Amino acid sequence: MHTMFQLLAADAPAQLLPARQLMAFTLASHIILVPLGVALPFITLLMHYRGIRRDDPTALLLARRWSAVMAVQFAVGVVTGTVLSFEFGLLWPGLMGKWGDVFGIGFGVEAWAFFLEAVLIAIYLYGWRRLKPRTHFLLGLPLPAAALMGAFGILAANSWMNTPRGFTLDSAGNPVDVNIWKAVFTPMFGPQYWHFVVAMVLTAGYVVAGVYAVGWLRGRRDHYHRLGFTVPFTVAAVATPIQLFLGDSIARQVFHKQPVKFAALEIVWETDTHVPEYLFGRLHPDGTVSGGIKVPQLDSILAGFSPDTKVIGLSSVPESDRPNATQATIAHWAFDLMAVIGSVLVLLALWYALVWWRRRRLPESKWFWRSAACAGVASVVAVECGWVATEVGRQPWIVYQNMRVAEAVTATRSTTLWIMFGLVIVVYVFVFGAFLAVLLKMRTRWRLADAQEGAGRPVEPPEADTPYGPRSSVASASRDGSP
Amino acid sequence: MTADVIAFVLLLAVTAYTCAGGTDYGAGFWDLTAGGTERGKRPRWLIDHAMAPVWEVNNVWLIFIFVIMWTGFPVFFQTVFSAMWVPLALAAVGMVLRGAGFAFRKASQRIAGRRLFGTLFAVSSLLTPFFLGAAVGGIASGRVALGTEASAKAWSNPTSLMFGLLAIATTAFLGAVFLSGDARRFDAPDLVDHFRGRALASLAVVAVLAVVALFVTRTDAPHIWHGLTHGVGLGFVLLAAAATFATAWLLLRPPGTWVRVTAVGVVAAAVLAWGMAQRPYLIPTSLTVADAAGAPSTLTWLVFVTLVSLVIVAPAVFLLYWLDTHGELESLTDTDLRRRGGAAGPGEGADGA
Ligand code: HDD
Ligand code: HEM
Ligand code: HEM
Repeated sequence: MHTMFQLLAADAPAQLLPARQLMAFTLASHIILVPLGVALPFITLLMHYRGIRRDDPTALLLARRWSAVMAVQFAVGVVTGTVLSFEFGLLWPGLMGKWGDVFGIGFGVEAWAFFLEAVLIAIYLYGWRRLKPRTHFLLGLPLPAAALMGAFGILAANSWMNTPRGFTLDSAGNPVDVNIWKAVFTPMFGPQYWHFVVAMVLTAGYVVAGVYAVGWLRGRRDHYHRLGFTVPFTVAAVATPIQLFLGDSIARQVFHKQPVKFAALEIVWETDTHVPEYLFGRLHPDGTVSGGIKVPQLDSILAGFSPDTKVIGLSSVPESDRPNATQATIAHWAFDLMAVIGSVLVLLALWYALVWWRRRRLPESKWFWRSAACAGVASVVAVECGWVATEVGRQPWIVYQNMRVAEAVTATRSTTLWIMFGLVIVVYVFVFGAFLAVLLKMRTRWRLADAQEGAGRPVEPPEADTPYGPRSSVASASRDGSP
Repeated sequence: MTADVIAFVLLLAVTAYTCAGGTDYGAGFWDLTAGGTERGKRPRWLIDHAMAPVWEVNNVWLIFIFVIMWTGFPVFFQTVFSAMWVPLALAAVGMVLRGAGFAFRKASQRIAGRRLFGTLFAVSSLLTPFFLGAAVGGIASGRVALGTEASAKAWSNPTSLMFGLLAIATTAFLGAVFLSGDARRFDAPDLVDHFRGRALASLAVVAVLAVVALFVTRTDAPHIWHGLTHGVGLGFVLLAAAATFATAWLLLRPPGTWVRVTAVGVVAAAVLAWGMAQRPYLIPTSLTVADAAGAPSTLTWLVFVTLVSLVIVAPAVFLLYWLDTHGELESLTDTDLRRRGGAAGPGEGADGA
């Protein structure tokens, strides 16, 4: 409770807390699906290409099954994303009313991208049976580009909130002389965009590979599992070291462009040189730090390659203009956790690369496979942490140094918002629970089908599935229970 | 000037969403009323197959509307979302349940699960358009203005009620017309007539509601009433009426393709009539297009965004609808997802490359 209290300034309107919780909850839920939305088509197309190229039916089967997963995942991504668009108006009317014409255009690009993505995904998913294989594959090819374009729009908006540009304020404090180009390509845009894209590729890769790593650990070591693991894992392993590099450069960009946020991420209190780096640890309102591992000089070195680098501290701005101690600690933990996960993933990727380079085969150690199975979850955690660092580190500003979160929030009564929040939690728990159940069910069904085929038992004839009525396999699917 | 162009683009996007999204919601309406598990099996099967490839695209129109609203007319967006809090929040929840319900129903195989997801999908297909319609009704009757706080009055009033009901009836009408056409494509002659009858019935309901709504606006939304009975607004009203008669006539004749065109004509003309009647206001009679317009350079960019959409998105959407109506899109069956099952399907062929 103390923490809850600490999250808000004393004079904040009552509806601010539920509004923020609602926004954070829905965004954090949506973002779980985004890596798959952005990068699964790419990975699936790679597999598809391999299938066509080497005439490998297993690769084609994997691509088809992944696209069946994509169908469900895309649907949930679309609806949770639509909720976010509503929330811009429902929760932050002040933000959109004042700044909509400055930074809203990025979402216009996003709208094209969603149109294209929805069209192309539909064609790809439903084109397997009737389209010519070559046409089908070629129509799927622009999908990754559409996904990149969608990310462009969203990241342009978010990086604008971090480093707002492209307008001047008139005497009443309203933005005039809008320059869209500058508003889109803000200083944080480049670093955020590339860091984000690589994060998506890496996360999708580890998540998909993780499924087959589990199968491998359970003794399923056939061509199917090998392929299902190798392709996504290789993609992710290539992306991981790049991400470390990009993470380092985005951190330096934050240091230069959002110094107060950087101070929060690194819990630096006094502006100073020779600043130590804290791994985890906790910042107190009086500026002291308890717990954590202290590495002398390191923070200055990381920020400017020399211990003499001066790092701005939180106490350099008035208390009302910076995140409070609790918020800084949250952002700091999120940031550290992300960096730790990123570094561990690099080690995993190196392990894989070394074994491949020396022996031309997959690693045999159980520990490799166990780690690979966890890598997917870890990278989703890293993605969540990254956003918490970005968003909480920006407090109390919704538009950095231009508009406070409290000025943007809706006037709707806090009771209404809390009720809505409760309703949304119920709905989302149900939707995500059902999503998971559907995926597990699919897996079980496929596994059963594979086992039957392997044993040479006949499966139902294809005619049974068409043309009308619920699928004939209703009976056979409800027979199996456990995985 | 640019603001007027953007306002018109906004109106066109609303029209497109009403037609495309409406067809989609309508399918949900008929899903709800299809009857018990046995009796409703075939209509539901048709609804599943007809909707699956296109529903996400149909709903992106809404995103496009929002983007134009908050980028082109930020104050308008702010006002509407502040005042219409409850209906819009409920519409958002409805959309989640609807989309998720539909996707999960297709993917799940147990009867119990299919029933649960199907019910969610169908019920929220009814509620969502109602709330959206009610919000539009509140705008049309000028019940919101800059600074209006969320209150039930804004969206529970005669015009909102009529617009909400009209929204449901319209979606049902469009859904039935399109499903009837889809039934032909999927070779299910009995369903063609099944939905043709329903299309006629719902067209009658739409016509009655529209006339009632028109007279409700007379006292409840005088600005709209004036616009609908004069000038361009009146022209579109007459066009809608003509399209209604043409649709009724086509529905009574042997099934063909043209009925889809006239059905869309009815709805599009009606939406355009409303938009024209609102001129020069975004919210009668407190917020004009000119007052709400965002920064001039942004509006110019929005024109550009719109043009690019026309150039790249329109062909893509057209291709999708074309492939869909020509039966080129078909979902993967379990057989395709089996190890060797796909060997029977063309998806497996190695066509060089
Ligand atoms: C798999 C995911 C993943 C991994 C391994 C990393 N990151 Fe990250 N990071 C993200 C996923 C992410 C993200 C979710 O994509 C964020 C959130 C906002 C953004 O643009 O990207 C992000 C944001 C983000 C920010 C905040 C930018 C801002 O506040 O505007 C910093 C400073 C870093 N990252 C730094 C790092 C460092 C030093 C890493 C060391 C390895 C690292 N990230 C690994
Ligand atoms: C997609 C991943 C994202 C996640 C997980 C995320 C997370 C969060 C969190 C945790 C908060 C609450 C901050 C607090 O309570 O202190 C928040 C607030 C917010 N975020 Fe983000 N964010 C994301 C991306 C974005 C993007 C792309 C935008 C807009 C373009 C955005 C806009 C906002 C707004 C408007 C708020 C409310 C104001 C605030 O508390 O700063 N977020 N988000
Ligand atoms: C506040 C931030 C966000 C908003 C308002 C938002 C909005 C949306 C909307 C409206 C949709 C559905 C579009 C449709 O109807 O087709 C959607 C889906 C999607 N969003 Fe988000 N989104 C946000 C955060 C993010 C972020 C950070 C990303 C990263 C690129 C992202 C990527 C996607 C993708 C790829 C989809 C397509 C569905 C999928 O593949 O899962 N979103 N989002």
